[in-house]
Amino acid sequence: MPKNLLPMSDAHAYPHEPTGVETRKLGFWIFLSTEILFFGTLITTFLIFKGRDFPGIKLTDVYDIPFTSVSSFVLLMSSLTMVLAHNALETDDQEKTRVWLLATAMLGAVFLAGQIYEFTEFYHKGFELSTNIFSSTFYVLTGFHGLHVFIGVVLLLALWGVGQRQRGLSLNEGMNLEFIALYWHFVDIVWIVLFTVVYLI
Amino acid sequence: MTKIIEPKKQRNIFSRPSSETGIWSWITTVDHKRIGIMYGYAAFFFLLVGGLEALLLRIQLSQPDNNFLSAAEYNAMFTMHGTTMIFLAIMPISAAFFNYLLPLQIGARDVAFPRLNALSFWIFIAGGLFLYSTFLFGTAGAPEGGYLDEEVSRLASAPNGGWFGYQPNAGLKYSPGTAMDYWAIGLQILGIASLVSAFNFITTILNMRTKGMRLMRMPVFTWMTFAVSFLLAFSLPIIAIALFFVTFDRQFGTTFFLTEGGGDPVLWQHLFWLFGHPEVYILILPAFGIVSEVLPTFSRKPLFGYPAIVFAGFGIAFIGFGVWAHHMFASAISPVAQAGFGLSTMIIAVPTGVKIFNWLGTIWGGKLTLNTPMLFALGFIGMFVIGGLSGVTHSVVPADTQQTDTYYIVAHFHYVLFGGALFGIFSGLYFWFPKVWGRMYNETMGKIHFWLMLIGFNVTFGPMHWLGLQGQVRRTWVYAEETNLGFWNLIVTIGAFILAVAILVFMANWIYSRRKGEKAPFDPWDARTIEWSIPSPTPVWNFSKAPEIKSLDDFWHQKYGEDEDGRAVRREGTDELLLKLEEEGLNPDEEIHLPSPSYFPLILAFGLPFLGYAIIYKSVPLALVGVILLLIGGFGWGTEPLEEEFETSEENPDAKESSTYE
Repeated sequence: MPKNLLPMSDAHAYPHEPTGVETRKLGFWIFLSTEILFFGTLITTFLIFKGRDFPGIKLTDVYDIPFTSVSSFVLLMSSLTMVLAHNALETDDQEKTRVWLLATAMLGAVFLAGQIYEFTEFYHKGFELSTNIFSSTFYVLTGFHGLHVFIGVVLLLALWGVGQRQRGLSLNEGMNLEFIALYWHFVDIVWIVLFTVVYLI
Repeated sequence: MTKIIEPKKQRNIFSRPSSETGIWSWITTVDHKRIGIMYGYAAFFFLLVGGLEALLLRIQLSQPDNNFLSAAEYNAMFTMHGTTMIFLAIMPISAAFFNYLLPLQIGARDVAFPRLNALSFWIFIAGGLFLYSTFLFGTAGAPEGGYLDEEVSRLASAPNGGWFGYQPNAGLKYSPGTAMDYWAIGLQILGIASLVSAFNFITTILNMRTKGMRLMRMPVFTWMTFAVSFLLAFSLPIIAIALFFVTFDRQFGTTFFLTEGGGDPVLWQHLFWLFGHPEVYILILPAFGIVSEVLPTFSRKPLFGYPAIVFAGFGIAFIGFGVWAHHMFASAISPVAQAGFGLSTMIIAVPTGVKIFNWLGTIWGGKLTLNTPMLFALGFIGMFVIGGLSGVTHSVVPADTQQTDTYYIVAHFHYVLFGGALFGIFSGLYFWFPKVWGRMYNETMGKIHFWLMLIGFNVTFGPMHWLGLQGQVRRTWVYAEETNLGFWNLIVTIGAFILAVAILVFMANWIYSRRKGEKAPFDPWDARTIEWSIPSPTPVWNFSKAPEIKSLDDFWHQKYGEDEDGRAVRREGTDELLLKLEEEGLNPDEEIHLPSPSYFPLILAFGLPFLGYAIIYKSVPLALVGVILLLIGGFGWGTEPLEEEFETSEENPDAKESSTYE
């Protein structure tokens, strides 16, 4: 395709970008800023109810911190592989990019599997969604995060699929690796907060 | 000559939509102007629906002990009236203005993400239809032994828990049936629409400004759009989560807001108003922006204290997040919180007052043209001041606990949202009518509309103040003859019908002027901002050349200079300049790239209601339909090439030079 034409993309470069940040990236940052409000509201609700005294089974009766620590570690490592994928793409090493993307998706999937296992365990121990306010806040908060990880895995796999094309991936067009990386790191950071708030304190 | 480069057809799930006229061109459009117009018409339709609901309420209340509506129907009507007016009428009409005007005011070709813009619009439509489908499919029951003995009509099968859905009243126990689920999920869908448009507008304002359009040179309407977008972006996630909780409570047996399981109904109030109060400013700030454009134009003076008005707007937006609990003085919050929120409520009146004085300063000593948009803008100031002052009375906690849930509150927020927001919106509709349609509206009919509306408005909502102070309680279906509330309630109902007539005059004017109105020049008001420097109606490509901005009110300064006394003097050659601008605006001599239309926003948007139905009816097939639509939409969207391959036109094989914009 002729390179000399003005790209008419979703974010068309008209006529320049006064902030100096690429338009789509700017939009993505704003999206992430609202995500903070989403999780902020959930975490606040969780903390409000955590301090209340209400009879019944609590998270502390069922959880297994070593297990969750391992799955948290897996998720954190996926941020590393994400960075490696980004680095590989910067040097235009398509094959490595794909490998690291797939690795990130797999680590994310392992984390999700761990969460599903954990939920099932809790469920069998009588800690169900509607058992009491603690279980409800726990499942909705961590489940909402799990949904984000799931969407991230889907996006990573889609990106990996797009990378199979002849042209490969590029840093500044199409399904952009950088945005998905931003999203992935954001979801990871949220998990660090969640793990601390929900399991440790 | 005009050369618009056509995108080459490419294979995707569907080929690119290609029609340029007819219904498909509107359905697949990503043009901000068309989306704005569609937003406007859809929102006006819902305004009429919400108005009809209000008339039904008023007929019921026109006499004591009336039984025109059943109690159940009355509950459904006031809930839907509030929900419709806020989420389906005022917000989207503001979005119509944002869409149409924002790119024009900052000199851009379109918004930052045209397809996301179409997505916002279609999600809004999908959410509105979903919410209203409750009249077809929804059921509203009553708790055992409740008020509902009579057979439930379709009119009553709508959400009935009030527009702020207080818990536990709106929970499953006291509002059985599916209607409140339609409400919760419908608002969720509508919230996504506004959230998406907020990202889009923030990015557009930050990144799509033309050369020289520094932040402090932006028109005030653009500034207010900016403030509103931030309010949307930071308040909607809160209500989204709260609505999630409601849906979980109603569908999956959790107890977030129910004391039985350790939950807390007051948490709902906090979360709701933490969104709900910024929402008030989401509704009013666009009108602030509109009158800030109209007043200087028709006073023939620059806006008095431009930076003050801009910063006051952001002050309001910021403090707007710190006053929410003044809606909750009658609920269980501590005296310290009451004092704090009472104070912050007084403080937020300060930036609002700054704006009022700025507007007064603008018209002070100006050469006023009292045409319809100006009359509406002046009416706006008057009515908004009344509403604002009764608002300040709520900051006095002991008084507020008396006023809570009486007609005094109803009077207050109608003065702010009808006398404020809607008057501002009508001012804008008349003001930009020539720009959008290329024809003038009928001035006489416009003035009749204004006076009918001003009188009808005050007759409707004025008496509500003293009805409220006499103790008429909000949301009650009947009142007894002995209360002596009958006379003023009848007056209020008469006022409501005057308002209905006013709206009919407006519609007649609109329909007549759209077809038969005088042809409008492109700058009929001798206006100040750059959207008036291009032809009317706006060409598809907006500006044929990216304008370069040299000052605030740039277009005005192109036309006018100053004499020694600082009076505005029309520059020599202004007439030639205007002729040249029109000629240039109609005949761009550059290649113009327009964003390509797309089916995928529509497909993606209509996946959401199916997911909503799936949750309500616990139906896997419906969920599958929804997910499949989302997947098709998302996949098609993602793989639709961002960079179109363009066919270079025959006459101009070397498109390279001319295509680089600037």
